[in-house]
Amino acid sequence: MDGSVVSGAQGTHWVEVARLEDIPRLGSRVVATATGDIALFRTSEDIVFALDDHCPHKGGPLSQGIVHGQAVTCPLHNWVIDLNSGEAQAPDVGCVKRTPVQVQEGRVLLALRA
Amino acid sequence: MVRLLSATAAIRTHTRMNMLSPQRQRLVVIGNGMAGMRTVSELLARTPHRYDITVFGAEPHPNYDRIALSSVLAGEKTLDEIVINSRAWYEENKIRLITSDPVVAIDRVARTVTSSSGLVAPYDRLLLATGSKPLVPPLPGLTLPGVCTFRDIADVGQMIAASETHQRAVVIGGGLLGLEAAWGLRRRGMSVAVVHLMPTLMERQLDVAAGTLLQRDLDERGIAFFTNGQTEEITGTDHATGVKLADGREVPADIVVVAIGIRPNIDLARACGLEVNRGIVVGDDMATADADIYAVGECIEHRGQVFGLVLPIWEQAKVCAARLAGDEDAIYVTPPLSTKLKITGIDVFSAGALAAAAEEDEELIYQDKKRGTYRKLVLRDNRIVGTVLYGEVKDGPWYFQQMREGTDIEAIRDRLILGEAAASLTGTVDPTAKVAALADSAEICGCNGVCKGTITGKITELKLTTLDGVRAHTKASASCGSCTPLVEGLLALTAGVDAKAAGPRPMCKCTTHGHAFVRRAIVADGLKTIPKVMQHLGWLRPDGCHSCRPALNFYLLCAWPGEYVDDQQSRFVNERNHANIQKDGTYSVIPRMWGGQTNPTELRAIADVADKFGIPEMKVTGGQRIDLLGVKREDLPAVWADLNAAGMVSGHAYGKALRTVKTCVGSTWCRFGTQDSTSMGVALEKMTWGSWHPHKVKLAVSGCPRNCAEATIKDFGVIAVDSGWELHIGGNGGIHLRGTDLLCKVETPEEVLEYCGAFLQLYREEAYYLDRTAPYVERVGLDYVKAQVVQDAANRKALHARFLFAQGFAQFDPWAAGGHVANTFKTLVPAE
Ligand SMILES: Cc1cc2nc3c(=O)[nH]c(=O)nc-3n(C[C@H](O)[C@H](O)[C@H](O)COP(=O)(O)OP(=O)(O)OC[C@H]3O[C@@H](n4cnc5c(N)ncnc54)[C@H](O)[C@@H]3O)c2cc1C
Ligand code: SF4
Ligand code: FES
Repeated sequence: MDGSVVSGAQGTHWVEVARLEDIPRLGSRVVATATGDIALFRTSEDIVFALDDHCPHKGGPLSQGIVHGQAVTCPLHNWVIDLNSGEAQAPDVGCVKRTPVQVQEGRVLLALRA
Repeated sequence: MVRLLSATAAIRTHTRMNMLSPQRQRLVVIGNGMAGMRTVSELLARTPHRYDITVFGAEPHPNYDRIALSSVLAGEKTLDEIVINSRAWYEENKIRLITSDPVVAIDRVARTVTSSSGLVAPYDRLLLATGSKPLVPPLPGLTLPGVCTFRDIADVGQMIAASETHQRAVVIGGGLLGLEAAWGLRRRGMSVAVVHLMPTLMERQLDVAAGTLLQRDLDERGIAFFTNGQTEEITGTDHATGVKLADGREVPADIVVVAIGIRPNIDLARACGLEVNRGIVVGDDMATADADIYAVGECIEHRGQVFGLVLPIWEQAKVCAARLAGDEDAIYVTPPLSTKLKITGIDVFSAGALAAAAEEDEELIYQDKKRGTYRKLVLRDNRIVGTVLYGEVKDGPWYFQQMREGTDIEAIRDRLILGEAAASLTGTVDPTAKVAALADSAEICGCNGVCKGTITGKITELKLTTLDGVRAHTKASASCGSCTPLVEGLLALTAGVDAKAAGPRPMCKCTTHGHAFVRRAIVADGLKTIPKVMQHLGWLRPDGCHSCRPALNFYLLCAWPGEYVDDQQSRFVNERNHANIQKDGTYSVIPRMWGGQTNPTELRAIADVADKFGIPEMKVTGGQRIDLLGVKREDLPAVWADLNAAGMVSGHAYGKALRTVKTCVGSTWCRFGTQDSTSMGVALEKMTWGSWHPHKVKLAVSGCPRNCAEATIKDFGVIAVDSGWELHIGGNGGIHLRGTDLLCKVETPEEVLEYCGAFLQLYREEAYYLDRTAPYVERVGLDYVKAQVVQDAANRKALHARFLFAQGFAQFDPWAAGGHVANTFKTLVPAE
């Protein structure tokens, strides 16, 4: 698709992966990338987050969890992951890798490694 | 000495005790209400033996919490719960209580009072605590049956009775009292209109902005408003039929509640020649012009002011008790007052000036339209002189404290309007730390005038661990409830307990309400979306969490079939993806097999699907169907399409829903079979498939008591016998194995269907989310279920009808096109 590469910095490119409306509010979509699946989450306030689709507990697909506030609950054993930090909520301990994401004119752009 | 003219046993004891202890003085109290009894309690605390006390009450009840009548009307409290002083208390304190017998005359020369039954009681000191009367304008039709006021238990009784037999209510008066009456009647299912003389509601406590928000919120809850409405007449000939307004508008009603205000009850005082104005005139010592006669409460006028809230009355009671106990220095000063509206889910706080009144006054205003909150502060000389809060009131007491203490707010002015947390340096306020910092003399409960030291003292002395315990022993937080967080803080501080855990368990951390309360509110308050529920019931987190959202989604679905739009994002992954997620993130797919029956076409289609999609494992389930394991998310829509093409539909093996109906072959094949259990099972499954429940639901039908279908560990199990069908409920083969309870025996398959539908609907409507039928039946009791489903035929038919009605919207195959958006199962790929 044309114009998907918006800018480049330190070997990463902003790549368009979806339109905002592709992701349901309080829902998620999965993006397949060279380094594995990434889950895009959209909050009730239309903030979009991108985290590896892989729970730090036992690898559950976070994209299939329930989104609430700025957190998602893993569908397998209910760990709650903070979408801002990628950290699991206490008492659980673990962290999910985040990927920079931005929404421009309804286009969701991910910072992917070239 | 004996001035007694007529006597009852109570009064006879009175004289005898006087003879035994001649030094005791006689105190007679007229009015067994909040002010009088508070004064007596304070007096007993100071000097338990100084007086022989006689109390006359016009009402038949011991002293109760009049404030809580609103909660009784709204069905949130019972009459027993609002008694302040039980009859035993009067006995313990040797107080003679004479109820249902108002005093009709005071003889100041003879120093006696006479009651309507002719009882005469002599006094050395007399206390007038006659309260006030509802203000009623001279309207035509006022005396019609169906017209009442809102002042005492009798009024509430009348309103509750009317709400049970009638449909429409009009409340005249849009002030505190009128709105609480309107809300209570609404909660009881009436359609309610409020007629209010002024353009906005509660104009004495709220400014126009807050009054308008209040009207909007109440309007949303189904209360209609006629503002600028001057009532001209109550219509009707032998019963009220409505009200007519001066501008010609007419509002029909079966019951009319007049709640436009109160008027001090001064008749007795006037008749005996005491100085009266609007109220009985008292000095700073609470004494009337006659030094032996005191007066407290809503019947008095002090320095030109009359009263309608308990806070100043508690102060009066203190001063009056001190005076009666011989303290010559006690002086009454009216404290600053604040008001709160007691309508669950609507938060209003108001104190002091409503608006800038003078040149040098300033207003700070902050409004969040989306959240429906509003706050206004009125400042004079850098000090708060007025507060109006709407929607969010937790900072009310803090503003009020700054106002009372005259705190200079210059340093925090820029953040002041955002509340205590923003204004304090750290940015957060821990309620426990906050109460820890208070002095023992600091007042915690304004309604009942309880200070910190009293509460912590009782907690330690009586080893209290619950909020209810503190309420019972100190009265703190027992009336309007706004100090509850502080009392909880004190419990945490003193007893180290988390008081919140003590009440009905909250649904989750997002709310303080339990499941039952939320379910009731959804229906009673007409809440039809998750955001509405959350807003209305004060959810603590804006979009809830993984635990409350699925519960609310089900409760709404159950309450408003056909109307509520299922919220996919509030469903657990399995119900959103119509398949069971497995530990590796793949899914299992189970097509429905009616009553466990299948045929070669279906089996061939299943085999083809398994081949085509490389499905790694297949298994026969405990519910008599075939499980395809290891299906990838992206393949789900295509797998379903193939199964659909062969005539198969979703088995809902993934849902809090009807799962399976297990059957045996029954009389068709089995030599023991008494009935056709398979067909019965198929009929049950055809009726119940697609239904959503608080948890999964499993059915079974066995053809004889040998019970090969294991019906006695199912939610609804049917066992065929020669003469008909035995119906069993509440079984569970899961972690907590539980055999069913026998519900009853019926004769025909039609009855089996009706009882099944009725029981499942009862469970759907009443169980808490994630409770299976076993804990539900244990919670409500088998007798209750029998009463609802077996003994009450009309109720059973109604439940069954509601079940079928809901099924009209639930029985569609989520696998078929339209039931899901295939698109959302696709993985996205970055654009090249
Ligand atoms: C529905 C409702 C809600 C309220 N909500 C609040 C609130 O949220 N906050 C708040 O601060 N205040 C509230 N109030 C006001 C509060 O209840 C009163 O201020 C308080 O009860 C006044 O106490 P009192 O003793 O002066 O009068 P009452 O409590 O009315 O007691 C007077 C008693 O005297 C009796 N009596 C009268 N004449 C005679 C006689 N001749 N002989 C014998 N007995 C007699 C009456 O029957 C009555 O029982 C509310 C009131 C009502 C009705
Ligand atoms: S339950 Fe009775 S009828 Fe059914 S298969 Fe077993 S023995 Fe036969
Ligand atoms: S894999 Fe996410 S909670 Fe266990």
